[in-house]
Amino acid sequence: MNSAALLEAQGVTLQYKTQQHLVTATYRVDFSVHKSDRFVILGPSGCGKSTLLKAVGGFLKPVEGSITLAGRPISGPGPGRMMVFQEFEQLMPWKTVLGNVAFPMRVARRLPAREARERARAALETVHLAPFADVYPHMLSGGMKMRVAIARALALEPEILLMDEPFAALDALTRRQMQQELFELWKMLGFTMLFVTHSIEEAVTLGSRILLLTAHPGQVRAELNAADLDGVDSSDPRFGKLTRRIHDLLFGAALLAAPADA
Amino acid sequence: MIFCSAPRSWLRPPMPEPVPAAPADPPERAEFERSPSDIGTIGAVEAPLARGERLFGNIAFRRALVLIGIAVLWEAYGRWLHDSLLFPTFTDTLRVFVQGCLSGSLSGRILTSLRVLLIGYVAGVALAGMLTTLAISTRTGNDILTVLTAMFNPLPAIALLPLALIWFGLGTFSIVFVLIHGVLWAVVLNTSAGFRAVPETLRMSGRNVGLSGVRYVTQILMPAASASILAGLKIGWAFAWRTLIAAELVFGVSSRSGGLGWYIFQAREELETAKVFAGLFAVILIGLLVESVIFRAIEARTVRRWGMQR
Repeated sequence: MNSAALLEAQGVTLQYKTQQHLVTATYRVDFSVHKSDRFVILGPSGCGKSTLLKAVGGFLKPVEGSITLAGRPISGPGPGRMMVFQEFEQLMPWKTVLGNVAFPMRVARRLPAREARERARAALETVHLAPFADVYPHMLSGGMKMRVAIARALALEPEILLMDEPFAALDALTRRQMQQELFELWKMLGFTMLFVTHSIEEAVTLGSRILLLTAHPGQVRAELNAADLDGVDSSDPRFGKLTRRIHDLLFGAALLAAPADA
Repeated sequence: MIFCSAPRSWLRPPMPEPVPAAPADPPERAEFERSPSDIGTIGAVEAPLARGERLFGNIAFRRALVLIGIAVLWEAYGRWLHDSLLFPTFTDTLRVFVQGCLSGSLSGRILTSLRVLLIGYVAGVALAGMLTTLAISTRTGNDILTVLTAMFNPLPAIALLPLALIWFGLGTFSIVFVLIHGVLWAVVLNTSAGFRAVPETLRMSGRNVGLSGVRYVTQILMPAASASILAGLKIGWAFAWRTLIAAELVFGVSSRSGGLGWYIFQAREELETAKVFAGLFAVILIGLLVESVIFRAIEARTVRRWGMQR
C-alpha cells in the first residue's frame, strides 16, 4: 500500500454563501482515495459531505487546503470525475436513454456518433436497460433513471466516479437492489468510487473504506475499513458490530458531552 | 359555577373510571406461501373500443363538431335576420372568401400581411434571443433586461404606432417596428423565466461533461427551457398577429400595399359586410392554423414527447 493515492484531499475547508450567511461546510478535512476503492463519506446531515463531493467535482473551490487527482489540482468540473446525483433531473429529458448515455462521450471524448452509440448500448447492456434504449427518461421508473445515470457515468470510464446519495430518493426495496447491482458492477469493472451517504447501512454494505464526518462544520471523526465485509449479509454479526461502532462514533456519549465542556 | 368547579369527590364518591376493554385478539390464522400462477390470456386481451367511442375520443373530431355547430348557428341566424348589410350568412361569407382567394383580391392581402408579420416576428425573436443571451451571461445584462421587460411588456404595441409613424413615416418599417415591440418582450420574459427554472442538477451534469459558454447554452439551457421558450413564441405570435391587423386598420393610407386589416377597413367603407366578414374569417383562420397546426405539431415533436408538457 505504498502507491500514491489517486485522489488526495488535504486540510480542505469549504465555505459557501447563502442569502444571509457564510456557511462553513467542512473544516480541515483530509482523506485519500486509492485506485479501486469504494470510498464512502458518511455523516449526519449538515456535515458538508455533499459540499465536499461537489468540491471534488470541481464545482466549488476550497478556501483552504487542496484537492488533487493523480497529482493534478482540481480546477473545475471535468469528465474525469463523473458525478451521479440524487435527483432524477440529472438526465436530459429531450434525449432518449441511449442519447443520454452517448452524449457525454460525444462532448467530452469527441467520439464519432456511431462509436458513442455502440459504447452507450454496451453500457446500457451492463445495467440491464438495453430494451429501453430508445425510450425517453420520463417514461422510466426512479430506479431505472438512476441506472441510466450510472451507465452514463461509467461509459465515460472516469478516473473516479462521484456519487452524491444516489439512492436516497428511491424506495427501500429498489435501494437495496441498486446497492447490490452497483456492487456487482464494481466487481466486474473495478472502478474507483467516492460515495456520499447518510445511511450507515448503505455505507457498510457498499464501502471498502468509510470516512466518518461530524456535523457543523464537517470534521473527520474516523476512517474505518469495511472491505472484509464484502458480500456479507446484514444479518452477519460483524455487520451489526461495525454498524454499532459507526453509530457510537457519530452519536456516541463522548461526542455529546463535548459541547457541554465548551 | 362553584358547584361545577368543585371536585367531584366533595359531592359524591368518585365514580370508578371505566377501564377500556382490551382489544380482542385477531383470530389465529395459518401462514401460507404461494407461487404466482400463469394469468393466462386475461391480462393480455385488448378489446377494441366501439367505433363511436373511438370517434368521440378523438380531440380533432370533437373540436370540428364545435366548429360545425358554430357555422350552423351563424347560418341560421343570418337567414332568419335576412339582412346581408348587417349580418351576412355563413355561406355568403364563405363564397366571398373563396372568390377573394381565387381572384387574388383577398389572398394577395393575406400574403402581404403574412410577409410583414414574418419579417417582424423573425426580427423580434432574433433580438429576443440576443438580449436573453446577454442577460444570462452577465449580471448587469440581467438587471437591465429585467427592468426593460418590466417597463415595456405592459405597453400595448399598437400604442407605439403613432411614434413609429413620426420616426419612420408611413411604410412597412413602421409596422415592423411595432411588431418587434409586440414580440420581443413576451419572448424575452418567457425565455429568461425558462432559463432560470432549469434545475441545478441538470446544470451541474452539463458542466460535469465539460460544456461551457455557447455550447452549454445551446445544448443544456435551451432544450431544458424549451417548454417556456415555445410558450413565449406562441404568445409572441398572438401579439404580433393582433398588432399587425390593428396597425393595418389604422394605417390604411398606402392602400395599394395594404394587408388584411386594410382589406377589412376598405370593405367597411364600401359597406360590403360580407367582405368584412370574409376578412375577419381569414384572420381567425390563420390564427387557428398557426396555433393548432404549426405550434401543436412542434409541441408534439418536442416538449410533449419529452414529457416536459402534457
